Amino acid sequence: MTPPSRFDEPWQAQLFALTVAMSEAGHFTWARWAEAFGATLKAMGTDRLLDGGADYYAAWLTTLEGLLDRSGHAPVDEAAATKAAWERAYLATPHGQPVQLPG
Amino acid sequence: MRRPFGRCILDSGFGAPHDAPMPHDHPDHPHSLLPSDPALRVKALETILVRKGLVDPAAMDEILDTYERKVGPHLGAKVVARAWSDPAFRDRLLADATAAIAELGISGRQGEHVVAVENTPDTHNMVVCTLCSCYPWPLLGIPPAWYKSDAYRARAVREPRKVLAEFGVSLPDGQKVRVWDSTAEVRYLVVPMRPEGSEGLDEAALSDLVSRDSMIGTGLAGASK
Repeated sequence: MTPPSRFDEPWQAQLFALTVAMSEAGHFTWARWAEAFGATLKAMGTDRLLDGGADYYAAWLTTLEGLLDRSGHAPVDEAAATKAAWERAYLATPHGQPVQLPG
Repeated sequence: MRRPFGRCILDSGFGAPHDAPMPHDHPDHPHSLLPSDPALRVKALETILVRKGLVDPAAMDEILDTYERKVGPHLGAKVVARAWSDPAFRDRLLADATAAIAELGISGRQGEHVVAVENTPDTHNMVVCTLCSCYPWPLLGIPPAWYKSDAYRARAVREPRKVLAEFGVSLPDGQKVRVWDSTAEVRYLVVPMRPEGSEGLDEAALSDLVSRDSMIGTGLAGASK
């Protein structure tokens, strides 16, 4: 039996693992991560109070995208193009088939 | 086992990996359901980083497995129960928690130091991360949503007694509240006071009295988990 996930949605878990894996692989220190994440939370929290759930992981994602853009590991243009490629792949794949990127 | 990239990210948690597509008909959706915007953005990052060899998919799976299944407050509870039962261990824990928890096979993955702060009749300790959500992951797992909320992060420092009252904790007037602000480098573990009437219990029974919140300082040991 599988215990209930500690994340509300699978992408949050994937995002968490991706970030920890990047840090553990030495691409950024956890202190640098925390500083950048803290800055995003502060900026987002000026408009409204964050509830620590979905908006927390939205801030997490924005932070990681920004860090990886600045470091050159995943520039925004490349990230946007890859996202668009995944969208096309989903829309072109019959339901029930595995979705894959061409090439 | 690593699932292929093409798996539908919407269909489940991280429980049973399945490579076979789910057989069911959706006449209105001839194509695969499009994942949400953030799900696609995460997928895009993962694709790029894996392609460039910057992250290992197996490492990501291992991290998920650890935090979804292995790590959780039961580990912190084990440490607290040991501290209650073994005065020498308690002393080592308070002197150098990172080394003491390593004795029980628990260690941080990010080089962070763990500092244990012990509640006494004079002082109640409570932990927050005002910056983001730094938390003693190796001992407590993934923090609850309230710990990550702006409300808790702001108010724990400003009005800790009021926050405690909302958690159902009322302290004697003479007991001071000390709030510890976690950072990426230092994570705090509260060692709650051992409940009265728990004499004679063994470590396993004691650890059942230690709730997650009691180790953050927003609860007391022995109260319902």
